[in-house]
Amino acid sequence: MFIINCPYCGERDQSEFSCGGEAHIVRPKQPTELSDGEWAEYLFMRKNIKGVQFERWNHAHGCRKWFNMVRDTSNDKIHAVYKMGEKPPVI
Amino acid sequence: MTKYRINKTRFVDQTKTVSFTFEGKKYHGFEGDTLASALLSNGIHLVGRSFKYHRPRGIMSCGSEEPNAICQINADTNLTEPNVRATEIELYEGLRASSQNCWPNLNFDIGGINNLISPFIPAGFYYKTFMWPKSFWKKIYEPLIRLSAGLGKSPSQPDPDIYDHKHEHCDVLVIGGGISGIISAKIAAKNNLKTILIEDKNILGGSTIYQNNKNFIIDNKKSNEWLMNEISELEKLDNLIIKTRTSLAAFHSYNYLLAKENISDHLPLYKKNGDIRQRLWKIRADRVIVAAGAIERPLIFNNNDRPGIILANSVKKYLDFYGVSTGLNNIIFTNNDSAYETAVSLFEKGISVKIIDIRKKSSSDIVKNAEDLGIRIYWNSTVVNTFGYKKIKSIEIMNLSEDGSNVTGNIRKIQCDCLSISGGWTPMVHMHTQSGGKLDFREIDQVFVPSEKSENHINVGSCNGDFELEEIVKNTNNKVKKFLNINESGFDKISVLCSKELEKKNIWLLPNTISEGKTKSFIDFQNDSTAKDIKLALREGFKSIEHVKRYTTTGMATDQGKLSNMHALGIIADTAGVKMGTLGTTTFRPPFTPLTFGAIVGRSVGKFFDVVRKTSIHEWHVQNNAKFENVGQWKRPWYYPINNENLHEAVQRESKTARDSAGILDASTLGKIDIQGSDASEFLNRVYTNAWSKLGIGKCRYGLMLNEDGMVYDDGVTTRLGENHYLMTTTTGGAANVLSKLEDYLQTEWPELDVYLTSVTDHYSTASICGPNSKKILKKLFPNKDFSDEAFPHMSYQEAIIDKIECRIMRISFTGELSYEINVESKYGKSLWESCIRAGEEYKISPYGTETMHLLRAEKGFIIVGQDTDGTMTPVDLQMDWIVSKKKYDFIGKRSLYRSDTIREDRKQLVGLLTDDPNEILEEGAQIVSELDKKPVEMIGHVTSSYFSPNLNKSIALAVVKGGKKMKGQKLFVPMENKNINVTVSDFIFFDKENKRINA
Repeated sequence: MFIINCPYCGERDQSEFSCGGEAHIVRPKQPTELSDGEWAEYLFMRKNIKGVQFERWNHAHGCRKWFNMVRDTSNDKIHAVYKMGEKPPVI
Repeated sequence: MTKYRINKTRFVDQTKTVSFTFEGKKYHGFEGDTLASALLSNGIHLVGRSFKYHRPRGIMSCGSEEPNAICQINADTNLTEPNVRATEIELYEGLRASSQNCWPNLNFDIGGINNLISPFIPAGFYYKTFMWPKSFWKKIYEPLIRLSAGLGKSPSQPDPDIYDHKHEHCDVLVIGGGISGIISAKIAAKNNLKTILIEDKNILGGSTIYQNNKNFIIDNKKSNEWLMNEISELEKLDNLIIKTRTSLAAFHSYNYLLAKENISDHLPLYKKNGDIRQRLWKIRADRVIVAAGAIERPLIFNNNDRPGIILANSVKKYLDFYGVSTGLNNIIFTNNDSAYETAVSLFEKGISVKIIDIRKKSSSDIVKNAEDLGIRIYWNSTVVNTFGYKKIKSIEIMNLSEDGSNVTGNIRKIQCDCLSISGGWTPMVHMHTQSGGKLDFREIDQVFVPSEKSENHINVGSCNGDFELEEIVKNTNNKVKKFLNINESGFDKISVLCSKELEKKNIWLLPNTISEGKTKSFIDFQNDSTAKDIKLALREGFKSIEHVKRYTTTGMATDQGKLSNMHALGIIADTAGVKMGTLGTTTFRPPFTPLTFGAIVGRSVGKFFDVVRKTSIHEWHVQNNAKFENVGQWKRPWYYPINNENLHEAVQRESKTARDSAGILDASTLGKIDIQGSDASEFLNRVYTNAWSKLGIGKCRYGLMLNEDGMVYDDGVTTRLGENHYLMTTTTGGAANVLSKLEDYLQTEWPELDVYLTSVTDHYSTASICGPNSKKILKKLFPNKDFSDEAFPHMSYQEAIIDKIECRIMRISFTGELSYEINVESKYGKSLWESCIRAGEEYKISPYGTETMHLLRAEKGFIIVGQDTDGTMTPVDLQMDWIVSKKKYDFIGKRSLYRSDTIREDRKQLVGLLTDDPNEILEEGAQIVSELDKKPVEMIGHVTSSYFSPNLNKSIALAVVKGGKKMKGQKLFVPMENKNINVTVSDFIFFDKENKRINA
């Protein structure tokens, strides 16, 4: 049960948030021009890292805002929290 | 006073007698006793039978580590509780306890035969034996194993007690109220930090509070007296909360901790009434100081499990804390100095005591003290056997060889009625590891100690591997000061004198003359696993500690191996010839001691189990005899039986009335999302499969929403209220998920769109009136409104006023009938509904529930997302190609609709099914096959919706069938338990194929 520093609301309990999986997977602008393989790469392939991972989180029971977070999945240490559209920090 | 209550202490009030029963017999103890100390004061050691061999077992410890003395408390079917440790439960008037795992009774237990046949039931016995013959499994082996499995009895009635949860925040949480916890809490609280100190016993002080030995002096006082003063000062501090009877259950990351407080467990039955029984504290602490202490280790030798064999420090606690002697002729068997304190204490109370020490000598003060008193010490010796079935009577000892690997010389027999054992101390590192901390192995003491890493918690005292009083006091002071950034504390100039242990020796499995196969050297007392079992597991090829643990069940009983894990590791290391530090430990998982289910769920029971959502019309439904069904958290009317109608009869009547005249449905639970912004139309274009740009203001349109993988996710009608304003409806169950998905796309993929979403599900109530007479009813309700098809066509919306209440009326239909949905602000829902009922009276309008709604839409072949779809259906599979725009460049899921997998022609596709016998109703979920003779039988689909249609007077069903689109007219089978039902694939629109009734 970690504490997440929502970039809009501040520190809140993890139970208010939901995780949306890996971050920085951009939806292709022109899906129709992709092969089945390329589309599948976007649709299905996720890294699921043990260690430092860039993730999408949603303050579902709060401001409902989505944001990005850098978390070490092996010890839940949160290295950074930043808004959607902001450049990912170098960790 | 009983024979064994030989000492008066300040912790037990011997003026207050408490009576209790054990095994049906009445006994007396005193206020302040635990069940264990009260039993011992009555000379009772035998309290249970062991799990596998049914060997007699006695009280072995004085705390949560107790493996043997686990009892069934209370006899009532709703209050009885199994596996309660007699060493932890405080005695109260009327306590009823009995032993477990014995039949017919504790003194004569038939299962004791297992002890005699034990050579034939080694580790893994069950896995090896019950393999064959196969036919024996169900009728013989399983019932037999079930009969002997498990400890104690569960209550068979609901728990009447109240349990509570509470959140707490603090600067510093101190776990453990022993000497190091007390020092830590005092330093923290005196420095203006909000501090909580939790202690699982009913009073503070740990083991120092009964340490009354002249060799342990703090500031010129005996350590127990010094500590007593400290506690009374501690209790005066303002910003310190002391929680006794509170045990830590779990230490999660980010210093989130769970602790269970016993509030009324110690009270006599007549005082418990109505009180909260236990409270689970959910604590978020800025800093955590773990001062959990250490647990004394047993020694592993042949027959080390007899009643009367007790951990040495526990013997001391029973004597100096409870005033109870565990025996009158005591022998202490040790490998370290701490047991000498017990010896001195026993001697001072006039109890005969001898010491057997595996070491060759020890030159510490406390040992000199014992020698000066004339206590006989057998150096370099070990116990090789013990005697006495229900209570220890005598022991045999021998000398150890030079390297300790063997025994030499003659066997010497010594009489005794209590054997106190001490194999050293194991730091309680559970909390540290639960929080994610790692461990180091300290060779000299053969202990795992916390390896410091966390900025937010530290370990102090003996749980940190500090065993000597001076170390404990000084290291705790220094560590806490550094941790809390404090320069000075009241403990900086403290003087501590204590006996210091200089000679150390440890032998995990003590040697014997008898061959190992014939010994019973217990490691896990509760699960009856012995040293020989562990060695067998190693011989059979198990290497990992986690595997050995599971194969031998060592450490897997309710005590979670608090006494056994270290010895199991030690014996594995010795046998395999590896260093213990490299083996690692098994994982320490929460809870530290078992939690009651009550404490876990707290108040979330009965009607508080989950949130219940009711529409504003709910009360009317209740008054009109509705039966309800749960849809998500909503209570929705299911059907409205009249007189003694059953579900089928009511639904047949409601469906008929709705098609013949008029029906009314409470549709308030449908999800509603208000969409505004200059890009609202573009947004809808991207999230729905069909096109939205050209939808006129005041018009409605059905939309289908996919996941990015092309599978149908949700559906519903969206109305254009204005140029940049839409009202979307979703399925009842999907509302929250749809909103969250739409927000996700808006915020992350399309931040450039000017669109705002608001959930308005609870803001509006909806009455949906359908049937050929619905227009007449609407006219009565809104006399000034023109309801002609020209002025108010199908799939359009208008505003209106009823009794000064503003309404939105949508002419949309989910039944295929002429139909209107009237939306008002929720607070007017019931009044609107009642107006509709009154207006419909002359047409015999029938309220109908979800079951009739499902039937009516199934007649029309309208899908329900989640019933006819399951996350693997594309719009093409549903034969809804018509709603998928070919022109739109992109929408969510579009690209997936022509992946190689989604264009397969043998995908499951939606079809209608008609039974050959029109009165036969298929079961929803039933499997469909095309060839009955084919082996194995191939399932080609399943029934998704099935009803008897009163309007068609036959049974109808929707189903998904592989390649079903091309199977119209084909005969298939639905095999049931007793018969095969013949069905024919049909069109899935059964009723009014031309869609005439919508404008009837």
